[in-house]
Amino acid sequence: MDRRNFLKAVALSGAAFTSIKESDAMNLLVQSFQTAQATAKYDLVAIMGGEPDEMYKKAIAEIGGMKNFIKPGDKVVVKPNIGWDKTPELAANTNPKLVEAIIKDCFSAGAKEVTVFDHTCDDWRKCYANSGIEEAVKATGAKLVPANEESYYKPVSLPQGKSLKSAKVHQAIVDADKWINVPILKSHGGAQMTISMKNYMGIVWDRGYFHANDLQQCIADVCTYSKRPALNIVDAYRILKTSGPRGRSEADVALAKGLFISQDIVAVDTAAANFFNQVRELPVDRVGHLAKGQELGIGTMDLSNLNIKRIKV
Amino acid sequence: MLKKIRIAVSVILFALISWHFLDFAGLLPQQLHWLEKIQFIPALLAVNVLIIIGLILMTAILGRVYCSSICPMGVYQDIVAWLSKRFIRKKKYTYGKAKTVLRWSFLGLTVVAFLFNFSFLLGLLDPYGAYGRMTTHLFRPAYLAGNNLLAAIFTSFDNFTFYKTAIYGLGVFSTAVSLATLVCIAVLAWKNGRTYCNTVCPAGTILGTISRISVFKIRFVEERCNKCGLCRMKCKASCIDSNKLQIDYSRCVTCFNCIEICNRDAMQYAPMKLKKQESSLVLPSDSPPVNEARRRFLSASLLTGLAAGKMIAQESSDGILQKKAVKRETPIAPPGAVSFDRLRDKCISCHLCVSKCPSHVIKPAFLEYGPGGMMQPILYFDRGFCNYDCTVCGEVCPTGALVPLTKEEKNATQMGQVQFTMANCIVYYDETNCGACSEHCPTQAVSMVSYKDSLTIPHIEPTICVGCGGCEYVCPAIPHKAIYVKGLKSQNTIEIKFEKQKDVEIEGFGF
Repeated sequence: MDRRNFLKAVALSGAAFTSIKESDAMNLLVQSFQTAQATAKYDLVAIMGGEPDEMYKKAIAEIGGMKNFIKPGDKVVVKPNIGWDKTPELAANTNPKLVEAIIKDCFSAGAKEVTVFDHTCDDWRKCYANSGIEEAVKATGAKLVPANEESYYKPVSLPQGKSLKSAKVHQAIVDADKWINVPILKSHGGAQMTISMKNYMGIVWDRGYFHANDLQQCIADVCTYSKRPALNIVDAYRILKTSGPRGRSEADVALAKGLFISQDIVAVDTAAANFFNQVRELPVDRVGHLAKGQELGIGTMDLSNLNIKRIKV
Repeated sequence: MLKKIRIAVSVILFALISWHFLDFAGLLPQQLHWLEKIQFIPALLAVNVLIIIGLILMTAILGRVYCSSICPMGVYQDIVAWLSKRFIRKKKYTYGKAKTVLRWSFLGLTVVAFLFNFSFLLGLLDPYGAYGRMTTHLFRPAYLAGNNLLAAIFTSFDNFTFYKTAIYGLGVFSTAVSLATLVCIAVLAWKNGRTYCNTVCPAGTILGTISRISVFKIRFVEERCNKCGLCRMKCKASCIDSNKLQIDYSRCVTCFNCIEICNRDAMQYAPMKLKKQESSLVLPSDSPPVNEARRRFLSASLLTGLAAGKMIAQESSDGILQKKAVKRETPIAPPGAVSFDRLRDKCISCHLCVSKCPSHVIKPAFLEYGPGGMMQPILYFDRGFCNYDCTVCGEVCPTGALVPLTKEEKNATQMGQVQFTMANCIVYYDETNCGACSEHCPTQAVSMVSYKDSLTIPHIEPTICVGCGGCEYVCPAIPHKAIYVKGLKSQNTIEIKFEKQKDVEIEGFGF
């Protein structure tokens, strides 16, 4: 038995152990075993039934731990969706508890600094504050930076793009070693769904161009930007089933208690869209940017060929 | 001592009011808007009885303390006058006769214009409003530029204590008026101190009338006075006739400079007349002719005001008809304005709402409301849209022109109604997905409905539209927007139906 197989065996037995006993100490143990792995066992981890931070801890452990994705000394950006002046209960923004857990995990994996931002739709100061994300970020010692002015963005070229050949991307992403994409699963009047790929619209300055030049294609195009997210972590704890992406009231919200992690952005969005489809019918093929993303080779919609771990808490 | 107290109070209030106008980052507590609410003309317009009585009583007891310390325009003039002394070493003021006729003409004209719905003049002359505009249009860009410079420096060191914020013009007309006000008042103050307060300012004229009978007054102690004239030379209101030992209390702003300078302690701020007979002898001999002139001028100004009002009313209808090229025929008033008529009567265009709007959607009108409403606030969506839950403008408005709204009231206030032009819509002519409008709509008055294949196209329900302009701001269609908000002359209340949240049972992952 070589070292890798031994570690795999240990990790598997550890994982099995956690499903029986769910103490935090045990989780930590499992995590510390798995971070020793060189590569992740699974292409995608789907988990449901828990609290945001709890589900995140279990899922990240299954996919190999944060140390698998960021190196000590890395400058990391965590990019949630903070688009709206709405409280967490209204499911317009990524859950602050999840954001907090991810940032803490990045620091314990050795990140030198963690930066958080979003190009918001509503007034950015209100969005940062009322989403609960400002408070969550402050609790971790990460940096919450503004994204309200064009001068914070740097031009990047997108040679693979079809409709979008270049874009201005926030300097925090441009300067970062790694970035983690943390969208929330929502319905979307224009793009049909907003998940990981659509969350890219919060790292760019000129969104109007996207809307005016084939939105679905531009979303796929911007995802070809050479600096891909180290991980896509989809928050489906509360999902906005109707009136997305903004929502009107809690009547638009469903408590779905889900979370999806993958490096494959198309796969994780396909999985999340299928999950959403159970709450409200919305065929995956209507979410045009998924197929367009697959066409551009940034990921796959074919979940049957992937090694997926499904966990119910 | 009195002078030092006066200066301290003035400096503190002036700094706070100015900073409150400039403070885009919300460093000062929100409640500080009481500083604007205690201003005289705003309180009159807001019919804030307590404050009006308070200010009148204060004037009747202490003299024009309001003009001296509370009014930011008064302090601005003092600052200019103080600067002038740095440049002109031997600067002396002299006693000048009261320009009573001019004074009452200005007040009369303002009142008449106001009664004839031309409240522009009141807004133009009200010292607090004029100072507010100077701050909003001239000092604020400088403050923002300073902030952006700091932001650039700090950001380059990876420090985000300061953040950049957009600097932009708010319309040529209001900026020009602000600049003209700044320059004219500065020139007057540089030369002669408080000329504006004692000639033009409507608040100064009203309070000056009250201060004639004030209990505490600056009075000569005649046996000590040697008529050296120092007090006269120091009087920025030019109201001390040191030869006759008379003070024109209608112009005295109780700055105490005279008391401070007097070597012989011959001036006192006291409640009782020290030599009764002399001052009472002097006053009647001077007053009656003035009164007659005043009466004549009042009636004359009433007539000219009438004529002017009519002429202006005619001009207004012509102006609006010519401006048809603007796509929004009816402007949008800020939330809580209730109606255009009410806004026009109550607003003095201090532009505090313009400064304070976090979404940058309030700017001064030009002729959108007609000439009487020039410089009053309108919504425009070039730089943002009205935040659904935000109630800042109504909270800060000192005149009650914008009624303070609760979040729930604001959510139900309809300022305008959405209009959709399908021919301009990207979904229609490009046949690609968009939906930016619906995305921003807080009430889903704009929703996306099935169109061709997997496309969805906007569908509007103007009855539940609040008129926030999110759709209009974000609509990417060029050259003409496909969606915009039509203003309402009177704001409505919309009914929001709250559905109940349904529990959702999810069995599996769905894949």
